[in-house]
Amino acid sequence: MARVLLFGRLSDLAGWRERQVESPFLSALRSKLADEDPALGQALAGRGVQVALDQVIVRGDAPLSVGTEVAFLPPMSGG
Amino acid sequence: MTIRLTFDAFDPGALLTEFCKGRSEVGAVATFTGIARAEAGQTTALELEAYPGFTEAEIGKTAERAKARFGLDDFAILHRVGKIAPGDPVVFVATAARHRRAAFEACDFLMDYLKSKAPFWKKEYGPNGARWVEPRAEDHADLARWEKETTR
Repeated sequence: MARVLLFGRLSDLAGWRERQVESPFLSALRSKLADEDPALGQALAGRGVQVALDQVIVRGDAPLSVGTEVAFLPPMSGG
Repeated sequence: MTIRLTFDAFDPGALLTEFCKGRSEVGAVATFTGIARAEAGQTTALELEAYPGFTEAEIGKTAERAKARFGLDDFAILHRVGKIAPGDPVVFVATAARHRRAAFEACDFLMDYLKSKAPFWKKEYGPNGARWVEPRAEDHADLARWEKETTR
């Protein structure tokens, strides 16, 4: 089970902030979330949305192990 | 070198006093304080979200780069998270260096980074509801200025 975290507008859109999802790969996890909630799936694949696995930004697909923290990060804005 | 997130209101004057304490060699301290704007009543509150652990680590990487690039002796960064009322400080950056130019420039650089690249998500509340704010083109242009100056 991966621990999925949504930030910013993504959590408002999905209506949740944190969930456990069973998936062996990041690509499969994206498909699973998109099947359940197409609008969220589209937003996760949208421009400027980055993914961090255990707090490290990754590009493309990656295997997930038990307890991997998967964070979806929309465009950032502070200050 | 401190990087901290806080849910609580802070006093930038007290932070500056603390930051300047015991410095007899640095010569220059520059600071920036960002304050939540009311936008003539259009913004009733800000909400800042961070990714604890990741946010501090990402800021730390850039702050260490700034330290090397500008030859800083020290820096302090404090950023609010959670709900923030107009008029309240949101962010405080202090830099210490032997000479003023380095202190000013490093402070400017760190703020440009914090505005458009640091892992924060900002929501503005107003009379017509809430909206997520993303960096403006100007914020990206501000940060891009530093990429051109590679000779420093």
